Amino acid sequence: MSLLRITDLTVGFDTDDGLVQAVKGISLELAEGEILALCGESGCGKSVTAMSVPRLLPPETTRLSGSIELDGRELTELPESQLRRIRGKDVSVVFQEPMTSLNPSFTVGYQIAEVLRRHEGLSRRAARDRAVELLELVGIPLPARRVKEYPHQLSGGMRQRVMIAIAVACSPRVLIADEPTTALDVTIQAGVLDVFRDLRDRLGTAVILITHDLGVVADIADRAVVMYAGRAVEQAPVDELFARPRHPYTLGLMRALPSAAVNGRLAEIPGLVPSPLSDPDECAFHARCPRAQADCVLKRPELVRQADEHLAACFHPGGPS
Amino acid sequence: MNVLEINDLVKHYGQVRAVDGLSLSVGQGEVLGLVGESGSGKSTVGKCVLRLTEPTSGSIRLGGADITHLSRRAMRPLRRDVHMVFQDPYSSLNPRFTIERIVAEPLLRHGIARGRAAGERVAAMLEQVGLRPEMRSRYPHELSGGQRQRVGLARALILEPKLVVADEPVSALDVSVQASVLNLITDLQREMGFSCLFVTHDLSVVEFLADRVAVMYLGRIVESGPTARIFAEPRHPYTQALLSAAPVADPVRQRERRRIVLGGDVPSPVDPPSGCRFHTRCPLAYEECRTREPVLADPREGGHPVACHLVTADHTPDATAAR
Repeated sequence: MSLLRITDLTVGFDTDDGLVQAVKGISLELAEGEILALCGESGCGKSVTAMSVPRLLPPETTRLSGSIELDGRELTELPESQLRRIRGKDVSVVFQEPMTSLNPSFTVGYQIAEVLRRHEGLSRRAARDRAVELLELVGIPLPARRVKEYPHQLSGGMRQRVMIAIAVACSPRVLIADEPTTALDVTIQAGVLDVFRDLRDRLGTAVILITHDLGVVADIADRAVVMYAGRAVEQAPVDELFARPRHPYTLGLMRALPSAAVNGRLAEIPGLVPSPLSDPDECAFHARCPRAQADCVLKRPELVRQADEHLAACFHPGGPS
Repeated sequence: MNVLEINDLVKHYGQVRAVDGLSLSVGQGEVLGLVGESGSGKSTVGKCVLRLTEPTSGSIRLGGADITHLSRRAMRPLRRDVHMVFQDPYSSLNPRFTIERIVAEPLLRHGIARGRAAGERVAAMLEQVGLRPEMRSRYPHELSGGQRQRVGLARALILEPKLVVADEPVSALDVSVQASVLNLITDLQREMGFSCLFVTHDLSVVEFLADRVAVMYLGRIVESGPTARIFAEPRHPYTQALLSAAPVADPVRQRERRRIVLGGDVPSPVDPPSGCRFHTRCPLAYEECRTREPVLADPREGGHPVACHLVTADHTPDATAAR
C-alpha cells in the first residue's frame, strides 16, 4: 500500500481577478522510501500540489477539494490543531531559500532542538545532543561547534543542510523538498542531493522533490510526474520517462535544454501557457503542440496508461522509440 | 584588435577581494563565456567593464581606449559601444516607461535620433528581437519574463554596440523560454557581429553559446580556452569538478558518471587561501599548492592556459581518480 495517496486534488485561490485554478484534479501516489519528482515550469502547480499535503497554503483564499491520505488517514478534513502535530513530524518541508527560512536570531542548534522538544518532548539537553547527531547526519563537519552558531555564520550549502536536519529531526514519513538546490552552486548541489539519497537509504524517508531541473530529476528521482497548467501530463519511472517520453510537452522540455542543441539551435516551445482563469474542455497544450490535431480541442485527454507504469495525457502520444 | 582587453584587474570592496588580478580579452565578434560560482567575482568583472564600479587597479581597454579611470563625463560617449543585459528582466526595466520609451532611451541619451526617426528604429529593433509592433505601447508588467528579456536585448543592441556584457541573461527563465532567448542571442550575434562577455554559472549555456570559456575561482581565472577544448579536456581540477557536478538530463549516463564532490565551501574572498586558492578543496593538492601560487600559463605547445602546478608538459591531473 502506498504511504501517501492524493486523489483528484483541486486547488484554487480567490484573487481580485476571480478564482485562479492552480491544480486541477491531480492524483498521485508515493511509496515508502520513494523519491518522486514533481517537475514542470513556473506556474504549473507543482509547489501547490506538494504544499497541499501539510496544507501550507493561505487558509483565507485557498479552495481545496479532493483527498489526501497519509497512511490511510485523511488529511484534508483534519482541523488545524491536529494538522500541526503532523507538520514537522510526519510530513516536513525543505524550502528553496535557506537564507529566509531560518530564524537569524537563534542558533541553528536551538532551531533543530525546537522541533524535537515540541514533537518528541525531549529535554533541553537531550534535544541538544540529538541536534549534534543530526548535523553530523547531514554532513556538516565539526557539528558540536556548528550547533552553537547562527545562520549568518554558515554558507548557503551549510544552511540548506541545517534546513534538512530540521526537516528530518523527527524522522518524517514524507519529506517535501521545494527546489532544494536551486539557490546553490553546482559543486554544492551534488553534496546536498547525496544527503537526500542517504536519508532515503538509511531511514526509508519518502521524498517529494519539486524541481524544474531535469538534470536533478535524472540524478536522484525514482519516478517523475511532469505537470503542465495544473495537471499531470505524464508520469513514469525516471529511466522510462527519459528513454521514451510520450507527451509532446515532456519531449519539448528535454529538447529545449542547451545540451540538446542540434546544429547550434535549440528546439523552442512556441507560445505561452494558457491563463489559469479559464479551463476549457480541451488539451491545455494544443496551441503549442507540434502534434496537435482536430480532436485535441474537442475534449481534454485523460491520463492513460501507455506502458507499464507509464501514463500520459495525450491523444497522439509518441510511440516507443 | 581586441574589442576588450583586461589586464591584471583588481577590484576590492573594502576587505573583500572580489576580483584579484584577472586578465582576459574578447576579440571582434567573439563570445567569451565567463564561468564561475557565486562569489567568484564574475559579475564584478562585468560591472568594471561598464564602469558601474571603479576598478581598484589594473587596466580595462575598450576598442583600444583605456577606460579604467575615466570620469563619468569622459566615459559617456564610449557608452555607445558597450551595453549590458541584466539577469532579472523584472527589475531592470523601468515600470513607468512604455516598451517603446525603454528601447528608445539609448537613442535619446546619445542624441542619435528622436521623434519619428527614433520610433522607426525602435520598431525595427523590436521586430529583430521577435516582439510584435503592438508591444511598443505596453508596460513591462504586461509582458512575460521571456518578452521582457527580449526588451532588455533590444535596449542593449539598438545602438549597435561593439560589446555586450550579458550577466546571467537567461538564468531567471524557464527552460522553454530560455531556449528561444538563447536562439535569439545566437541569431542577433551572427547578424550584428557584436562581441559578447557572457557571465554565467551555467555550463550548458556556455557550451551552447560561447566561442571561448574562462573559468573563475575566487577572483582569478584558473583556466581558459576554446569551448570545445575546455569541455573535452578540462585540465584544472576545479574545471573538472564543475563539469562533473552539473547533472546531465539522462538518468543512465548521470548515474554512471564519476562525480567529484568537492569538500567544504568556497573560502571567503576576504582572506583567500595561500598558494593556489583552490588548494583547500582540491582533491589532488600537495605541499607546493599550499605555498606557491600557480600562474595562468600554457605548459604545452598548442594547449590552453591553466593555473595549476599539476599541469605539466606531459601530465594532466585527473580529479575524478582521486579518493
